[in-house]
Amino acid sequence: MDHQNLIPHLYRQEYSKMVSLICSRFGIDQIDAAEDIVSETFLSAAETWGLKGVPDNPVGWLYKVARNNALNGLKHDRIFRQRVRGELIQRNPGSIQPEMEIDLSPQNITDSQLQMLFAVCHPSIPVEAQVSLALRVLCGFSIDEIAQALLTTKANINKRLYRAKEKLRSENIQLSFPDKTSLAARLDTVLITLYLLFNEGYYSASPDKILRKDLCLEAMRLVYMLTGYHGTTDETATTHPDVYSLLALMCFQASRFDARINSAGDLVLYEQQDSSLWDTGLINQGNNFFVKACDTPILSRYHLEAAIAWWHTHQGDSREKWENILLLYNRRLLLEYSPIAALNRAYAFARVYGKEKAIPEAESLQLTGNLFYHSLLGELYTGVDSAKATDHFEKALALAETPAEKAVLSEKRNACQKT
Amino acid sequence: MKEFALIFRVPQDLTFDITPADMQERMTNWMNWMGSIAAKDKLVSSGNRLGVQGSKWVGSDKMVFDGPYTEVKEFINGYIIVRAASVDEAVEFAKGCPLVVGGVGKVEVRPLVTAENND
Repeated sequence: MDHQNLIPHLYRQEYSKMVSLICSRFGIDQIDAAEDIVSETFLSAAETWGLKGVPDNPVGWLYKVARNNALNGLKHDRIFRQRVRGELIQRNPGSIQPEMEIDLSPQNITDSQLQMLFAVCHPSIPVEAQVSLALRVLCGFSIDEIAQALLTTKANINKRLYRAKEKLRSENIQLSFPDKTSLAARLDTVLITLYLLFNEGYYSASPDKILRKDLCLEAMRLVYMLTGYHGTTDETATTHPDVYSLLALMCFQASRFDARINSAGDLVLYEQQDSSLWDTGLINQGNNFFVKACDTPILSRYHLEAAIAWWHTHQGDSREKWENILLLYNRRLLLEYSPIAALNRAYAFARVYGKEKAIPEAESLQLTGNLFYHSLLGELYTGVDSAKATDHFEKALALAETPAEKAVLSEKRNACQKT
Repeated sequence: MKEFALIFRVPQDLTFDITPADMQERMTNWMNWMGSIAAKDKLVSSGNRLGVQGSKWVGSDKMVFDGPYTEVKEFINGYIIVRAASVDEAVEFAKGCPLVVGGVGKVEVRPLVTAENND
């Protein structure tokens, strides 16, 4: 890899670790400074490596330069000198060396990232700001990329990041692992955010397929990271069964990533996918994680959704498959209402009991402002009542926002008019 | 929206001698019925199923008897709580209950007494 490709690659890979490390050393209220220091480090890498060639150990070079920049930059920072350093000396007299060190051990790098994950997913930060902040400081996405992936403007993303960082400061959020009394609740928030992050990539209408896949893989990387922290006791470990079931769910879903978008960037519906494009490696990994996830008597929504996703990794249509999917959607809804689960349940109901029985089930959901409600009813009325089918596809088209969705819906509308 | 308890009443001589296939079908029917209410965001609580074995009842004279209370030749074996705009909507839910559909038992629909609804 020449330095022009190497630097973007390293940026994505190391940015979040470096920012987390600096914050874990100097406090999360220094997050803006930490981001600047890391960006400057990459800038000087681009200049220096371009002139002198890539060093033997480029990652080591980056950490050394970032550490020096951090120590020089933050050491001379007025706030740091007056407040942080003063406090450190008070708290721990004699511990401050003239040259402070940053612990660059792999363990400390991983721990700082995990602590950063808990800080970013703090319940006081609105969830959509959590997603943007996670993409920025934990996944190393640029503001441009985040805006593109989340289909919004750069100004919006900047606003969300600004507010999220304000919260980090005003709530005095620390980079640390939650204690055993708050771990379960905090982990819950982290999982919700990571699930959302994954879905943003998986269901996003962004035309940039590579970016979307990156988003999914980053979400999976962060969940996977949680499976590696065993804490000091079982009560402080982040290896909860829900972590494994969410990871299994993501593996099963991601296994169809390449099959569900064709080379033209259009969405390919499940029934029409070429199952030879399904990633069996990911399905197998998902199976392994799911086995670990099921070592518990309490099945969460992630367990049920992973089980549904597992059935979807089976090719073909058997009655058994759809009966099980319906049962799992029933159980999912008994835990907690979700409009998408309700619509998917009605679809599974149709696959088991036929369209005619499913139509009243679907209509009783009354989700009239929901695109998928109308596309589902269009689907169910196709071959039963083509006037009603057309009407529902028209309503869905009016609610569709992206070219990919519109293309699928127009095709369906045209097809049902022919029958 | 008000909340209603749907209380399941089954006859005392309800046979428990069923095949695994019946059991499977019965469970599917119950899950479909409750799932259907939950899919409308109308299920407040899945409630509880009440066991028969090992149950007792205590009379007003503190006499203790074995088994569930069966004065009217039927006993309560569970309940769920739903959210509905009116008692009529709750009644519609009750009509879909597998006990009613299968002609096995009855469903009693009772409004929950709350601070707002205490008639």
